[in-house]
Amino acid sequence: MTFITHMDLIIILYFSHFLHSFKPLQTNAIKTSKYNPFTFLPLNLFEQFQRIANAYFLFLLVLQVIPQISSLSWFTTVVPLVLVLTVTAAKDATDDIVSKCVLCTISPLKNFTTWILDVLVHKTNKKSTQRNPYSYINYTHACLNSSFHSEYNLKPAVSPLSRTLTYAGQKYPLDNEKILLRGCTLRNTEWCFGLVLFAGPETKLMQNSGKTTFKRTSIDRLMNVLVLCIFGFLAFMCTILAIGNCFWEMNEGSQFMVFLPRQDGNNAAFSAFLTFWSYVIILNTVVPISLYVSVEIIRLGNSFYIDWDRKMYFSRYNTPAEARTTTLNEELGQIKYIFSDKTGTLTQNVMTFNKCSINGKSYGEIQKFYLQLRNYTVDFSFNPLADPRFMFHDHALVEAVKLEDPEVHAFFRLLALCHTVMAEEKKEGELFYQAQSPDEGALVTAARNFGFVFRSRTPDSVSIVEMGEERSYELLAILDFNNVRKRMSIIVRSPEGKLCLYCKGADTIIYERLHQSCSKLMDVTTEHLNEFAGEGLRTLALAYKNLDEEYFNQWKQRHHEASTELDNQESKLDELYEEIEKDLLLLGATAIEDKLQDGVPQTIEQLSKANIKIWVLTGDKQETAENIGYSCNLLREEMNDVFIVSGNSPEDVRQELRSAYALEGSMELEFLRTACMCKAVICCRVTPLQKAQVVELVKKYKQAVTLAIGDGANDVSMIKAAHIGVGISGQEGMQAVLSSDYSFAQFRFLQRLLLVHGRWSYLRMCKFLRYFFYKNFTFTFVHFWYGFFCGFSAQTVYDEWFITLYNLVYTALPVLGMSLFDQDVNDVWSFQYPQLYIPGQLNLYFSKKAFFKCALHSCYSSMVLFFIPYAAMHNTVRDDGKDVADYQSFALLTQTCLLFAVTIQLGLEMSYWTAVNTFFVLGSLAMYFAVTFTMYSNGMFLILPSAFPFIGTARNSLNQPNMWLTILLTSILCVLPVVTYRFLFIQLCPTINDKVRMDLLYQFTLHQHLPPPPLRTRIRRTSSRRSGYAFSHAQGYGDLVTSGRFLRRPALSGSSGFANIGRTTTGFSPMGRSAGYSPTGRPQNAKVPDVEVTSLQMYRTVRDPAF
Amino acid sequence: MGKVKGKSGPLARRPDNSAFKQQRLPAWSPMLTATTVLPFFYLMALICMLLGVWLLLTVQSTQEIKLDYTEAGTCDMCFEKRKNVSNAAQICTCTVVFPIKKALKGDVFFYYGLQNFHQNLRRYMDSRDDAQMVGRKTNLKNPSSYCEPFMKDPNGLPIAPCGAVANSIFNDTFTLTYHGSSGPSIPVPLLRKGITWYTDKNVKYRNPKNDNMTLAQVFEGTARPLYWQKPVYELDLLDPTNNGFINDDLIIWMREAAFPNFKKLYGVLYRAKQPFTKGLPAGNYTINISYNFPVQYFRGRKEVVLTTLTWFGGQNHFLPIAYLVTSCLILLIAIILTVVWWKFGKNGKRLEE
Repeated sequence: MTFITHMDLIIILYFSHFLHSFKPLQTNAIKTSKYNPFTFLPLNLFEQFQRIANAYFLFLLVLQVIPQISSLSWFTTVVPLVLVLTVTAAKDATDDIVSKCVLCTISPLKNFTTWILDVLVHKTNKKSTQRNPYSYINYTHACLNSSFHSEYNLKPAVSPLSRTLTYAGQKYPLDNEKILLRGCTLRNTEWCFGLVLFAGPETKLMQNSGKTTFKRTSIDRLMNVLVLCIFGFLAFMCTILAIGNCFWEMNEGSQFMVFLPRQDGNNAAFSAFLTFWSYVIILNTVVPISLYVSVEIIRLGNSFYIDWDRKMYFSRYNTPAEARTTTLNEELGQIKYIFSDKTGTLTQNVMTFNKCSINGKSYGEIQKFYLQLRNYTVDFSFNPLADPRFMFHDHALVEAVKLEDPEVHAFFRLLALCHTVMAEEKKEGELFYQAQSPDEGALVTAARNFGFVFRSRTPDSVSIVEMGEERSYELLAILDFNNVRKRMSIIVRSPEGKLCLYCKGADTIIYERLHQSCSKLMDVTTEHLNEFAGEGLRTLALAYKNLDEEYFNQWKQRHHEASTELDNQESKLDELYEEIEKDLLLLGATAIEDKLQDGVPQTIEQLSKANIKIWVLTGDKQETAENIGYSCNLLREEMNDVFIVSGNSPEDVRQELRSAYALEGSMELEFLRTACMCKAVICCRVTPLQKAQVVELVKKYKQAVTLAIGDGANDVSMIKAAHIGVGISGQEGMQAVLSSDYSFAQFRFLQRLLLVHGRWSYLRMCKFLRYFFYKNFTFTFVHFWYGFFCGFSAQTVYDEWFITLYNLVYTALPVLGMSLFDQDVNDVWSFQYPQLYIPGQLNLYFSKKAFFKCALHSCYSSMVLFFIPYAAMHNTVRDDGKDVADYQSFALLTQTCLLFAVTIQLGLEMSYWTAVNTFFVLGSLAMYFAVTFTMYSNGMFLILPSAFPFIGTARNSLNQPNMWLTILLTSILCVLPVVTYRFLFIQLCPTINDKVRMDLLYQFTLHQHLPPPPLRTRIRRTSSRRSGYAFSHAQGYGDLVTSGRFLRRPALSGSSGFANIGRTTTGFSPMGRSAGYSPTGRPQNAKVPDVEVTSLQMYRTVRDPAF
Repeated sequence: MGKVKGKSGPLARRPDNSAFKQQRLPAWSPMLTATTVLPFFYLMALICMLLGVWLLLTVQSTQEIKLDYTEAGTCDMCFEKRKNVSNAAQICTCTVVFPIKKALKGDVFFYYGLQNFHQNLRRYMDSRDDAQMVGRKTNLKNPSSYCEPFMKDPNGLPIAPCGAVANSIFNDTFTLTYHGSSGPSIPVPLLRKGITWYTDKNVKYRNPKNDNMTLAQVFEGTARPLYWQKPVYELDLLDPTNNGFINDDLIIWMREAAFPNFKKLYGVLYRAKQPFTKGLPAGNYTINISYNFPVQYFRGRKEVVLTTLTWFGGQNHFLPIAYLVTSCLILLIAIILTVVWWKFGKNGKRLEE
C-alpha cells in the first residue's frame, strides 16, 4: 500500500462506513469552539466563577443579603459584578467565534466528511507529460517517522491499527513511509489509494495543537501573589476592626443599648464576628474586581496598536503584524533572551551568486561606468535558457565567457557538472532546478546564465548545454560531500572522451590538495577569498584535475571493492577519495551571499543595546551559523577574543550538544552558565526538540522572560515553549504563525515590537497597576480610619452610590486613557535610546516593592483624606448656622476630596496628555458632579426614598467655602510628597527614563523643535577570513543520484498552509530546511508563489511495484 | 483581529495611517523640572500662607461660649435622677448661670451639643424609614423592617416615626434669660424655626397627606416612639404647622452627625427687640433646662454653645492653622529642593552618550 496523491484535483470516492466494527468512528470535522448559543451562558458563567476574584464577589454578594452583616446595599456589588461578567463574556464569545473562523481557514478538507477507514482515491486531472524511468514521491512533510510514532503512542487505545495491515490474507507492514499526516502536501503522482486511519481531533495536527499551554505574563503571576497578600491584608484589617468592635461593644456599646438595643441578646463577641464580615464587604475594594477586566481591556487595546502599526506592515507580502494573543503585551517589554531561528528568520533563505574569482581575477564588483546607467545588470539575452531572475553586475565576466576564456569556461563547466541538483524541463527551455541546498541551486543557476546550462541527468550521465551546444558527460563517480570531507567531487568523461575530476569545497580543504604549480594563483585567490569572506559571503574553492584512464580504471576497481566491503567500508572509501583528490588545479572561488533580511544587523545591534541577549538556535552547521552570526552583527570582530577564550569550555558542551544529549543530562547547568556569560550564543545543529529544551532551560534557571522567533514548523516547539512566541509570517507555511503569539513578516519588526510596543505596553500596564492599587487602597483605607470613630460598626464613609460608581464611572476612563495612550518618549526616541528597555527587564516599574510603596502612599493619602475633613468639619456649621458636620455632608466632602486627590495623582502619573486623556479626566470629574447632583436631587429621592437618602446634601454643603478650602488642602497635601519625592529622585538619581526625557527637553529648548535623531552609522566589519564551506549539505545524497531511484523535481503545488508540519524531530541532521533556492535578485515586489519546499529528509524513495 | 476588510489590491491589509492608530496623537508631555516645580512650590507656599492668615483672622473674629451643663448648677440633681430609668417620666428642670463678659455681636446661634453620642453607628443610622418620613401612607402604617426593634410598639401598633434615630431624639429644652446690670431679667428670644436645611424641611420630610384631617387623625393607628413623652403631632404646641415629621427639632436630630461629638442648632437669637438688636449684650445669663435626655448611659456630656458666625462658619481653628502649617511645610520643602537642585541637578542630568 502506498499513498500517492496529487494536489491538483482530489476526487474522493466514498465507501462510507463499510467497516463499522471500529467504533467510535471519528469524522474529520474538528470542533474547537467551546460554546454553542445554548450552552454559552451557563458554561461561561461557570467558568467565570471559577476565577477567584469573581467567586469572591459572589461570596460577598451572599454576605450582603444577610441583614445582620450587610453593611452595603446589594447593588454596590451586583453592578460591578454584572458589568465585569458581561464584558468578560463578550470577550469570550468573540474569542470563540474567532477561533472557529481560524479553523475554517486552515482545514483543507473542510468540504468533505471522511470517516476512519474510508478508502480514498486521489486522482490528478491530467496525464503525465512524460514517463520517467524513475518513479518517486516527494513528501514535503518531513517527519513522518517521528510523527507517526507519537501519534501511535498517543492513541493506542483508540487506534484500530496494529503495525501491520492484513488484507486478503496478505500482510502489509504499516511503516512510516506509508503514512500521510493531515496537512501533508503530496506531489508528483497521478493517483493513489488511501485509507483513513485517523480523522478529526485524532490527527497528529490536532493532537499537537491541543497541547498549547496557556501562557501567563510575569505580571499575572505577580498579581496572583499580590492578590493573595491583599486577601491576607484584608483579613488583617478586618480582624483589627472586629477586635476593636469587640472592645467597643464591651465598653461603650453595652451602655448605648438604651438607644440601640442589640438583637436577641447578642454579646460583644458575636457582634465582633458579624462586624468582621461587614468589614469584609466594605473593604472588599482592596481586592480589585474591575482590575482584571481593565487589564484585559488595556492588553486588548495595546494588541490592536500592534495590528494597526503601519511600520510593522510588510507591503511585499501584504502582511500586517498581528497580535494573535492579546494577553501577553506587557511581557514584550521585559524580554531578556531572544531565541531566534536562522534560516527564514534572520536570513531570507535566498542564496545569490554574488562574486567569483577565476584564475586570479575577481569578478562581481559593480563597475562605476555601469553604475551610471539605469539598468546596470548584466544582460543575458544571448542565452535563451537563462534564468530571467538571475542578476549579476559585472559585465567583464560575460565578456570573458563570450571571449571563450578557457579558465572561465572550465569554471562554469565545473559548476554545471559538479553538483547533485536535479532539473525538470516542463516546457522547452523552461528549466526548474531542484537543489538539495540553496547554495547549489545558486551555483548551478549562475552557470546556467553564463551559458553552461545543466539540463538533465540520468544515473550515469549529465547533459549540459555549453554555449548553445548540447553535450553529455558520462558520470563515472560522485565523491559525495560529508562533514569531514567538506568537499564534493565528480568524475566525468567528456564527449571527447577526456576523463576529468571536478571538485568544489571549503577553501582550506581544497588548498591542502592543490598541485604546487598553483601556489601563485593560490595567493591571489586567497586574497579574493578574504575579501569575499570579509563581506560575509559564503565561499567555495573550485578545482579540477585531468585523470589518467588507466589509473582511473584501477581506482574504480578498488572503489567497487571497497563499496561492497562490509567492514570499514567508510574509512576505506575515504582513503580512496583522498587518494584521487590530490594534486588538483585551482580554478577559482565562488562567493555566495546568504541574503539577510533587511535591517537584521541594525535590529540585532539595537536589541543588544537594549541588553537583550540573542541566541541563535539553528539546525545549520557551525560554519554557516557563525558566518551568519558575523554578517548580522551578532558576532563582531572585537568579540573574537572573548569568543575564543570562552570558546574552550563551551566547545565541550557544544560537542555534547551536537551529539544531541547535552540538554538532558547533567551538562545542562554548565552549558547554561557558560552560555549566559557569553555575549552572543549560537547553537548549531539543534533539533526542534532541543530548541525547546534550550528555551526551557533558560526559563527554568534564569527566571528571565524569553522570546522565541521563528518561521518554520521546526520552530513551533520553541515558540510554544518560550514566554512569547513570534512567528515570521513569510512564505514558509503557517505552522509557526499559528502557534505563535505575535506574527509579522520581517525580523526587523521585532525591534519595534519590543522597543516600542513592548516597552509602552509594559510601562502602561505598570502605571495602570500602580495607580489602580493606589486609588483603590486610598479609597478603602478611609473606611478603616473611620472605623475608629464610629464604634467599629462598619459604617461606610461614602455614599453607597459613590462606592458603586467609583471604580466603574468616576475613575475608570481616565486610567484607561492613560494606559492606552501614555508614552514616556515617542517611538523615534525609543529607538534612539534602546537602554530605555532595561527597566522592564529588571521589573522596576511594578514589583512587590513598588506595590508596597503604593500601599504606603495610599495609607498616607487616606489619612490625609480622612483626618483633614474630619478636623475641618468637626463642630463646624454652615455660614447660616445650619448643620454641615452631619454624616451626609461629611461623606460628600470626603468622597469629593478623594476624587480630586486621585485625579490629580493620575495627572502626575500621566506623561502624555492627549486631547482624549484631558477629556477623560475632566469628563470624569464633570461626570462625578453631574451624577452626584442627580443622585441627591429631589426627583430621585421621591422615586425611591430609601435608595437616595442623600437628598439635598450636595446643594447644601458644596456651597460652603470651607468645604472647598478643605478639598484644596487635601489635594495639596496629597500631591506634596509625590512631587517632592519625584523631583528629588530626578535630581539625585535619575533613572534612564528621566535622563532621556530631560535630554529631550533640553534639546527641545535648545532648538525650539525636536531635533531629528542622529543617523545611525552602520557598523562595517573589518575584513577577516571567515570562509566556510557553504553547503548546508547532508551526506549520502550522491548515492541517490547514482542509484537510479532518485527523485524528480516535484510539480509545483498550491501548497496548503501546512506544507511542512514539523520538520524532523529526530535524527542526526536537523537542517531539513525547505530550501527555496531562489536564484538571486528576483524583483523585490513580485510575489513568488513557487518556492520549492524540499530537502533531503523530505525525499522518500518508493519501491512501487506499479513502476 | 484588526483586519481591514472591504479593500482589495496589493496593500489591502495595510493599516490606516491615522494618528490614533499609529499612536501619534498630539500630546502635551509635562515634566517635573526645576523651572516648573520650584516656582510652583513657592507660589503654593505663598497662597497657603495668605489663605491661612486670612482664615485665622476670620475665625478670630467669631465668639463662642461653651457651657457643659451635664452636672453644672442645679443640674447635678437631674443628672442623678435620670440615672434611674423608672424616673423617666418625671419632669426635672434645672438652672445654670453663666456670664458673658464680652457682648456677642451680630447673629447669635444657640446650639446644644452632645459628647460621645454615636449617631454614626451603622445599625443606628440604618434604623429609620425615610419613606415613612416623606409621608408615604403605606410606610406610615407599615414601617421598614430596618426600624427594628423600634418598628412596632408592644401593642403591635406601628411607630411613627420609627427607628432608633427618632426614638433617641434629644429632648432637653432650654430657655435663656438675660440679667442685665440694671433692670429686670429679660427672656432671650430664640427663633426655633427655619433652622433646618430647606430641602429637609420641604422635600425630605413631609407629613402624610391630610385631606382636611387634623394631624392627630392622620397619625391615628400609629404609636409614638417608646422614649417619647409626646406623640409626633404634638411636638410643638405653639405652632401647629411645626408638627409631625416636619418638626424642626426632629428634622435636625434626624440629620445624623458624622462623629460622636457634635452640636446641633437649637435656635437663633431673635434680634428685633432691645437689648438684643446687636446680639447678646454682656452680662449674666441663666439657662432653664428641662432636663430629660439621659447621658449617663453612654458616659456622655451635654453642653450648650452660643456662637457668632462668619462666612467661614463657626469657630473652627483647624483649617487656618492647617493652612499655615502646610505653607511652612511647602516653603521648607521648596528650600530643600532648591538647594538640592542647585547642588546636584542644576547642570542638568543629561544622558551621557
